[in-house]
Amino acid sequence: MSRPMGDSHKRFLQTLMSNGIISSIQAKALHRHCCETHGAHYSADRLDEFIDVINANLQPMFMYIRKGMSEEDGVQYYALVNTAETDITRMSSDYADNELELFRKTMDLIVDSENGAASSTDVLNCADSLQTKKMKKKETELVLNKFVQDKWLNEKQGVYTLSTRCIIEMEQYMRLIYQDLIKVCHVCHNVAIQSQICENPTCGIQMHLPCVAIYFKGRSDPLCPACNQFWAHEIPVVTCTLSRPPEANGEAEL
Amino acid sequence: MSQRKRVAHAGSQNRVPRVSRQVVLDEDDDGDASYTQPTSSQVQKARENYTPVQVDRKVAEVVQFILIKDQKKIPIRRTDIVKHVIKEYKALYQDIMKRADRIFEQVFGLKLVEIDAKNHIYILINKLQPVPGEPISMCPGNPKTGLLFVILSVIFMKGGTVKENVVWNTLKKLRVDVGEKHEEFGDVKKVVTEEFVRQKYLEYLRIPHTEPLEHEFRWGQRAEKEVSKMKVLEFVGELHSQEPQSWTQQYREATSGESSQR
Repeated sequence: MSRPMGDSHKRFLQTLMSNGIISSIQAKALHRHCCETHGAHYSADRLDEFIDVINANLQPMFMYIRKGMSEEDGVQYYALVNTAETDITRMSSDYADNELELFRKTMDLIVDSENGAASSTDVLNCADSLQTKKMKKKETELVLNKFVQDKWLNEKQGVYTLSTRCIIEMEQYMRLIYQDLIKVCHVCHNVAIQSQICENPTCGIQMHLPCVAIYFKGRSDPLCPACNQFWAHEIPVVTCTLSRPPEANGEAEL
Repeated sequence: MSQRKRVAHAGSQNRVPRVSRQVVLDEDDDGDASYTQPTSSQVQKARENYTPVQVDRKVAEVVQFILIKDQKKIPIRRTDIVKHVIKEYKALYQDIMKRADRIFEQVFGLKLVEIDAKNHIYILINKLQPVPGEPISMCPGNPKTGLLFVILSVIFMKGGTVKENVVWNTLKKLRVDVGEKHEEFGDVKKVVTEEFVRQKYLEYLRIPHTEPLEHEFRWGQRAEKEVSKMKVLEFVGELHSQEPQSWTQQYREATSGESSQR
């Protein structure tokens, strides 16, 4: 086995598990707190190594801590991923069968949509056709609230999107179920749900909104990084520039 | 995003979550029938039958199963572990559980404790206590922890057993009225006498020969294993601005508990 974990690692892991997802800023503060609490050596720039030790020990259990980016503001997050599960098992202990079916249907709607979002009306409509057990409107709303509270979905003005936690933890499941429907971002190479698509029909690459913002920042006319055609979308301004997208490659830095 | 059309949806509806499904089923009442002590030759045979990789996989499944159950602090029965996870590997039960236990300790900072040796019921206890100054809480979204801590304190300070009215009156002084629906806790009586009891933090026992019926509270087994009596005493000391030592009997119990607890 790999380097053994100290109490500082265990505390970090437990806190991550009970919170579901933590931002990179929280992770940094937590790293420091855990090391200080247990008198372990702390060095601010060693967070990745610290997490590597945990991951090496989690590996036999088919779990690991994974970093991912919020599709909305580009902030980085950490979540615990289960690599053995290819289904939404992670949620299963907390939800009834028809609630899980509602979640799957919501996910279908979101992945099928142009903009990676589903309106509450559409979600409520599909609740009528649940095979496991039908849900009344009121009940559906409560369940959707629970999904938002448990950080599986985001909701803004009646529009639902997949949360960062959901994308980090369920990427594997989504790739399996939706296969070609799932595209990756041209800039950061992670799964792209809420994104812009190149209008050129022979190109059609996708980019996350924060990746678009960073990529086109300071350029006078936005051209698609793949086909060089005009990028016919509004260029978002990401206000929260706490971190850059993960593994932005050389291409994107140009 | 028009190219995102239905392609691979077939089968997405009826994929059955593996471990989880069974978790939902919860406690079925067939006692301990699915587990019988294997003979040493059965164990030997099973060890030869399964490859180390297969056994590793079982260990991982057991760890995950118990972690999922523990999220809700539901005690875990050996029957359920055998029936839902270990299955045909049951001759290796002892081997697998020993390894799972080591993983809980070495990786998660948790400990698997048997709280009922007759019915073989386990709980996971946390070996790392929450500490002040956490940048993010170790047990988030659980305002009930505070409520529980107050009740445990009352019980401990009153010598280990209290009538339920004592608890209700203390809570009332803290503006938590059992008769009313609480903003954060909801039905307080239900939380205290059902949820905390199910989680083994509290015992809620009928006092014999009382009319009308009366109940008393004691610390449950999870509390005994997980909650430091010294911390409780320090908490009460702070409330009263007194040294923990001024409660001699409690102090003695707390100090002896610290050495035996872990």
